[in-house]
Amino acid sequence: MCHQTVSLIARHLETAGTPTVCLTSARDITAAGNPPRAVFVDYPLGHTSGRPFDPEDQYDITRAALAGLETIDEPGDILDLGRRWSDDDGWKADAMRTDGEDTRSARDTTPQWQYPEDRIAAEGTTNSGETT
Amino acid sequence: MSVRYIDAITARYENLGYTPYRWVYAEDPPAFTPMAKPLANSRIGVLTTSGAYALGQTAFHYKDDTSVRAIPKTTPKQDIRFSHITENYLEDPRRDSECVLPLTALNRLEDDGFVGDVADDTLSCMGGIYSQRRVREELIPDLAARFEAQSVDAVFLIPM
Repeated sequence: MCHQTVSLIARHLETAGTPTVCLTSARDITAAGNPPRAVFVDYPLGHTSGRPFDPEDQYDITRAALAGLETIDEPGDILDLGRRWSDDDGWKADAMRTDGEDTRSARDTTPQWQYPEDRIAAEGTTNSGETT
Repeated sequence: MSVRYIDAITARYENLGYTPYRWVYAEDPPAFTPMAKPLANSRIGVLTTSGAYALGQTAFHYKDDTSVRAIPKTTPKQDIRFSHITENYLEDPRRDSECVLPLTALNRLEDDGFVGDVADDTLSCMGGIYSQRRVREELIPDLAARFEAQSVDAVFLIPM
């Protein structure tokens, strides 16, 4: 869903005259949402801009994505960076399981702090991030 | 072959007895705006939809939160936090935020001269918004106004 939200945003910005490029790790969702330019990283969700603690991987992906702003000239093109997460694709079978439980969190309007201390930090500052 | 998320998620929700989720299938081809100047002279705006917030900012909630956080690009990575409705995908971003908000790489690309510069604040929202109407009517106008105020020449979007 996050991926389709990005497609909606990119299409709007582009219509208003700003070039965009979207990273994606969900090729099918991006193909359906059809943003102007996309760069595909075949990693499990949660690693769109690279592997954890791998600055070179993160740099290479970010650089390739930004390069797509200039190199992609076909509207809707999805450039495949040809990266592999691991030697075997076992993680893909897990991602395609259809018998799982609902892994989403409950939906309400309470801020979902990563750590309880974050709430205290936010209350102690005038910078909510929303008005900057 | 890449993962077929739409098929898998649709089947999973069906097995749970949920009403089918309505995926976005864009009917028209996207607009396309060529770069007005070289990347090396362009200011890049950045959006992550991973629910990132900086220490001192308010976390996102999970019921169609369409608010936006402005995270300074100089924020130390240990001060980046996440709240996103699909928390199961946050395991690695919560260990290393650069999996979905690559601030070090972006600052390096600016230093390298690969891009002109990166807007001072990277923008963040919680992309798991079920109401496409609220994405269109609330989130997108807010983001568009912020990017315009930043005078960006192009925008880089990072979903989770």
